[in-house]
Amino acid sequence: MKENNRNHMTLQFAAKSENESFARVTVAAFVSQLDPTMEEITDLKTVVSEAVTNSIIHGYEENPEGIVTISASIEEDTVTLVIEDKGRGIEDLELAKQPLYTSKPELERSGMGFTIMENFMDEFDVASEVGGGTSIRMKKRIVSKKALYN
Amino acid sequence: MNLHMETARHRETLIVRLSGELDHHTADLVRMRMDEEIGREGCRNLLLSLKSLQFMDSSGLGVILGRYKLIKQKGGKMVVSDVNPPVFRLLEMSGLFKIMSIYENESSALSELEVAL
Ligand SMILES: Nc1ncnc2c1ncn2[C@@H]1O[C@H](COP(=O)(O)OP(=O)(O)O)[C@@H](O)[C@H]1O
Ligand SMILES: [Mg+2]
Repeated sequence: MKENNRNHMTLQFAAKSENESFARVTVAAFVSQLDPTMEEITDLKTVVSEAVTNSIIHGYEENPEGIVTISASIEEDTVTLVIEDKGRGIEDLELAKQPLYTSKPELERSGMGFTIMENFMDEFDVASEVGGGTSIRMKKRIVSKKALYN
Repeated sequence: MNLHMETARHRETLIVRLSGELDHHTADLVRMRMDEEIGREGCRNLLLSLKSLQFMDSSGLGVILGRYKLIKQKGGKMVVSDVNPPVFRLLEMSGLFKIMSIYENESSALSELEVAL
């Protein structure tokens, strides 16, 4: 019988900007069991930071009572991340995904969050409901250092 | 806070050295402190030195673009130096190098800025 090599974790925290670095570091630590390269770690930290920041700024408009949930799972050599909020949701997804589009230019947002997530991950999906919240699902295959040295 | 900012002046150029992590949480402070320095008399150009910046995301891009606009309004030039590979990738993706020059180190950036005067 094949050993079950799936692993997973769930993390929930208040929508406070202090928790952005906590979220990145926690996901990176969880994924370290796949022995990722520095570049892979940076990619994962960056996309976590983007999605969590979006939940805090756009989803909850900085209301710290909001809750952000991250689920991470590992299956074989692939990491799946789901980052969710129960915030205000996105009206026009196509528009939101355009590079440089931001609904909050007054906060000096760059509008590059979704573009970065799309570029750094192998798979990227957004589900959102106005008034219901937003869920980002992303996957990345970790090539790992071991594979490079073999 | 996991971000450190150091400033220096070289003639009309403000040098800002960032180390640590530039994200949404640390962006506000960096923005405020940079604008205070940019507003000082005799400051025309901005050199952003990123040698020890360990992490940056799109919130950092927003800070850089915002400062670029300010400096341009003042008729000055903004450049960056000592950019590490992960930060380079972000700057490239957002098209920042189309509007801003990048230099290997502070001294080459400074000598270019002086020639441009
Ligand atoms: N979790 C979210 N909840 C509500 N709106 C969102 C969320 N994530 C993104 N958006 C919308 O999508 C736009 C684009 O997001 P992004 O590419 O990260 O740019 P930025 O965060 O710089 O505005 C945002 O300006 C916002 O309108
Ligand atoms: Mg964003």
